Amino acid sequence: MAANNGKNTAHFEAGVKDYSAPGRHYYSPGYEPKDTEVLAAFRITPQPGVPFEEAAAAVAAESSSGTWTTVWSDHLVDGARYAGRTYEIETIPGRDDQFIAYIAYPLDLFEEDSMPNLMSSIVGNVFGFKAIRALRLEDLRIPPVLLKTFQGPPHGITSERDRLNKYGRPFLGATMKPKLGLSAKNYGRVVYEALKGGLDFTKDDENITSQPFMRWRDRYMFVMEAVNKAEAETGERKGHYLNVTAGNMEEMYKRAEFAKELGSRIIMVDYLTVGFTAFASLSKWCRDNGVLLHAHRAMHAVIDRQPNHGIHWRVLAKWCRIVGADHVHNGTVVGKLEGDRRSTLGVNDLLRENYVERDLSRGIYFDQDWVSMPGMMPVASGGIHVWHMPELVNIFGDDVVLQFGGGTLGHPWGSEAGATANRVALEACIKARNEGRDLLREGNDILREAAKNSPELDMALQTWKEIKFEFDTVDKL
Amino acid sequence: MHTETFSYLPPMTEDEIRKQVEYIIEKGYIPGIEYTFELHPKVSYWNFWKLPFFIDRNADKVMEELAACKAKNPNAWIKVTGYDNKKQCQVLSFVVYRPEEAAQPA
Repeated sequence: MAANNGKNTAHFEAGVKDYSAPGRHYYSPGYEPKDTEVLAAFRITPQPGVPFEEAAAAVAAESSSGTWTTVWSDHLVDGARYAGRTYEIETIPGRDDQFIAYIAYPLDLFEEDSMPNLMSSIVGNVFGFKAIRALRLEDLRIPPVLLKTFQGPPHGITSERDRLNKYGRPFLGATMKPKLGLSAKNYGRVVYEALKGGLDFTKDDENITSQPFMRWRDRYMFVMEAVNKAEAETGERKGHYLNVTAGNMEEMYKRAEFAKELGSRIIMVDYLTVGFTAFASLSKWCRDNGVLLHAHRAMHAVIDRQPNHGIHWRVLAKWCRIVGADHVHNGTVVGKLEGDRRSTLGVNDLLRENYVERDLSRGIYFDQDWVSMPGMMPVASGGIHVWHMPELVNIFGDDVVLQFGGGTLGHPWGSEAGATANRVALEACIKARNEGRDLLREGNDILREAAKNSPELDMALQTWKEIKFEFDTVDKL
Repeated sequence: MHTETFSYLPPMTEDEIRKQVEYIIEKGYIPGIEYTFELHPKVSYWNFWKLPFFIDRNADKVMEELAACKAKNPNAWIKVTGYDNKKQCQVLSFVVYRPEEAAQPA
C-alpha cells in the first residue's frame, strides 16, 4: 500500500482553463449546427480586455454544460454531447466593444414542453456572469423536434375567426378606463356602450384583478350581462377579456371556471408577471375548456428595453406563441422610428406565419419553422385614433386586434359613438383597400368620404388631429 | 341588427359588390354565396347557394348567381364568402343583400 495513498499526484487536469480552449467545444468556429439544435444569437459586450472568442465561449459554456473550473466528474460524461457551441462570431459595424455570437445547443439539454427549463439554461445565471459587461438574447431558433413538444396557442387565428364569425378585417377592441376605481356596475356600463357601438372586444386593464373597489366576481357578472346584451342587440358575437391574473393557480382556475360558466368567450392573463409555468397551465386550461386566451405583456419593458442587456421582445413574443396564447400585445408601429417599425413587423410575422426566414433588416436572425403551430393575433394598442386607421390597416393587414382605448372612450358623445366611429373607419378602409385604392395616399379622403354617412365618424375626425403621411407611397419595407 | 364586416357602411351598389368579388378572385380565394332567413349571432351555418365557385371563378358568374339567389329568395340575408385553401379557412364574409322588410339599417 502506497504511503501517501496516491495523494501527491493529480488524478485529472484540475484548474481553470480558457472556455475557448481547444477540446472544450464551447468555441467551435465553422461548426455546422444540427437541425435538432436550439440556436441563439447573443449580443455580447465583454469586459475590457476579454477577447471576443473567450467571451463567446464563456457564454456558450455557462448557458450549457460548463463550470468555472474543471471537475473530476467531467470525465464521467461525454462533454461533446452537452456543450453549447459558438459556431459564428459577427462583428457589428462601428462597434468594437460588442459583437453577435451564434450558439448552438444540443437538444438533450432541454426538457420537453418546459419553458422554464429552456429559460433557466439560456437566460439563466449566464446573464450575471462577470467576464461580460452586458448580454442580450436577440433571437432564438427553436427546432421543430422541440417545438412539437409544446402545443402553442390554445385555439389560434383560424379557430378564433370561426368562433367569432368575423372575417376579412381586423378585430376592434378597447381597454376600459379609468383603469382603477369604477364599481362593477359602472364598469359593465362602459363595456356595454363600447360593444353596442360596434367593437368586437373590450378589455380589462392589466392591473385590474380583484381590488377592494371591484371584486372579480362582481365584475365578471356585470361585464357578462353587458356582453350578452350587446350581442343580442347588435346580432354580432362579442367578448370581454376577463383578466384572471391572480396570486396563485388555484385562484386563477377558480376565476377562469366562473368566466366559462358565465359564457365568456375569452379570458386574459398577464403572461410575464404570472410566470411561464402558470401561463402554460392556464393555456392548457383554455384549450381544454374552449376559451380564448389574451396575453398582456406587462413587465416586458423591464426585460427587453435595454438595447445591450436582457432579452429582445421578439424572443418573449416567440415564447408566448410556443407556450400558448391567442392574442399578445405588440407595438402599434405608428409614429415610431423606422427601426422599431421593421422590428415590430418582424414580430408580427413570428406570431402569425408558419415559416419566417432570417432577415436581419427586421431583426430576425434565424429561419423559424413553426411546423403548423397555430398563429396568434398581435394586438396593436395605445395612443391610436381614427386618423391612424388607414395606416394601421396598411401595415397590419387583417389578422390583428386594433385597440382604441382613448380613441373610443374619448369621443365627445361617449363610448358608443366612439366605437361606431372606429368601426365605420375600419370598414371604409378595408372596403377601399379591396377596391384597390392606396390607403397611404388616399387614407384621409377615404375617412372623410365615410364620415358623410356617419356623424359619429365625422365628430371623431374633428376631435382628433389629422395625420400627415410622410412616407413614400412606394412601401419600401 | 348588424352582420359583421361592412355592416356599418351604407348598402353596397352592384358595382361596389362586384369590386369586392373581384378582390376575392384576385387574391386567389374561392368565392361563395350563402343565404339565410333567420339571423342569429349563435348560428354559424347558412344555406349554400350552390357550391362555392371552385372552378369557374369569375366575377360575372358570381354576380349572375347572386342575382339568381336574390330573385329566388327576396326575404333572405345573402352573403358573399371567400375561402383560402392554402390557409384552409374562410378569410372573407360580408352580407350584400338584406331581406326587403329589413332594408332599413338598425
